[in-house]
This record gives sequence, C-alpha cells and structure tokens, in this order.
Amino acid sequence: MLTPVTTIHYLALSAALLLIGTLGVLMRRNIVVILMSIELILNAVNINLVAFSRHFDNMYGQIFAMFVIAVAVAEAAIGLGILIALFRNKTTVLADEIDLLKW
Amino acid sequence: MLDAIFFYTFAALTLGGGVLCITRRNAVHSAMWLVVSLLGVGGLYLLQRAEFLFAVQAVVYIGGIVVLFLFVIMLVNLDEAARQRQFNRQWLIGLGAVALVGAEVFYFLKAGADTLKLPPPAGSVSTDGNTERLADVLFSEYLLPFEVASLLLLVAIVGSVVMAKRRI
Repeated sequence: MLTPVTTIHYLALSAALLLIGTLGVLMRRNIVVILMSIELILNAVNINLVAFSRHFDNMYGQIFAMFVIAVAVAEAAIGLGILIALFRNKTTVLADEIDLLKW
Repeated sequence: MLDAIFFYTFAALTLGGGVLCITRRNAVHSAMWLVVSLLGVGGLYLLQRAEFLFAVQAVVYIGGIVVLFLFVIMLVNLDEAARQRQFNRQWLIGLGAVALVGAEVFYFLKAGADTLKLPPPAGSVSTDGNTERLADVLFSEYLLPFEVASLLLLVAIVGSVVMAKRRI
C-alpha cells in the first residue's frame, strides 16, 4: 500500500532531481543541454522551498521560490546570449572545445 | 491515497523527464523532455497548494525559458554537435562523484527521517486564496527584494541584447 506522502518524500524527490541536474552539468558536452540541467537544479531547489512552505503553512518559501524563478530567467537569458556570442566566434557549442584560457 | 497516487505520478514525470532530458542526443528532444519535467514540478506545486507558482511555472518556464531554448537551438547549428560523442572525457568521474553524493544524501534522509525534528505540519490551512496570501507578503515584507528583482531583470535584458547583437 502507498504510504502517506510527507515532507520527507518531497525532500527525497528534490535531492534526486538535483543529482540528475548535477549529472547533466558534469557529463554533457553540449552547452545548451548544460543550461537545461541548470534549470533542473533550480527546479529541485524550488520543490524544496515549496515543500517547506506547505509544511510550516507560511508563504516565505513560495516567495523565495518566485525569486529563484526570476533569477533563473535572468540566468537563462544571459547564458543563451553568451552562447550565441560564443557560437559566432568559435563555431562550436561543445564545452570541452572552448579552452581559450587554457595553455 | 489519491494524494500519494498524484505525488508518485508527478514524481515519475519529473525524474523521468529529467533523466531523458540529459541523455538525449538531439537538443530539441532534450527541450521537449525538459517540458515534461517542468510540468511534473508544476503538478507538485499544485499538490502543495501553491497554485500561483504553478501558473508561474507554466507561463515563465514552459512558455518562456523553453521557448528561448528552442529559439537558440534554431539559431546555433547543433547538427555537428549531435554527430559527435555526447559525454565528455571526465564523465565517469562525474558519475562516481554524483553517485557518492547521492548515496550520502539518501542515507541521511533515510536514517534521519525519524529524528529530523520537523514540527508536525500546520493543521489549519488558511481559507484565503494562495495568490492573495502570497501578494500580501510579497508587497509588504518583501517589497524591496521585489524591486531589486526588477532591476536584475532589467540588467538581464540589457545584457542579453548586448551579448547577442553583432555590433552595438
């Protein structure tokens, strides 16, 4: 039988999504997919915040989740802008081929 | 009971979409699975009575960020990248590190679930609407952060235009 869903369940789900996002950032070469993985990580944080907001029956977690979403939007816009500028100069979207600062 | 069914459905959507998002070769497929994952997260918001955040999730994430991703996928040529190998040389180290952190986190969640001294969930749920309560707090206590966030978004707009424009 299914056990009742508690806040711990949400914490576990959030941890799993965070790990998936981290895996994407660490393993993929394609920068577009790396940026998508960062969105997954930020969503995992939001699940946590909303779960605690519900648990304590106040709004602070949801307010904070809204700010996280605002920052995620800014980050996606800037990240994709950088990607377009980069693609214009280097004609690659693979993270390990961008090594101008390495020697 | 119904709660649990919905929770596990949305959890499966979220995690399955996430895993498929980071493993697909084609970036457009990744974006589509990202939509599935974000919808799952939105469903979890609904389950936790954060209706306003569900709407924000649908409008901002699925309607905004994913569309932005799709536009960028259209602007940069990803065919070449799709033909090459998808994972970098350190992927095994990355997988090991994530597995280690995952084992640690889940061990502590499991071992500490009983001792984690969360107070019992608040029983009385306010009858006010979620949006109303959120606005009450946002426009009184969090007014200054709200204004600062608008400044951040302005900087992001200017920044992304400067980055993406060929010549200023």
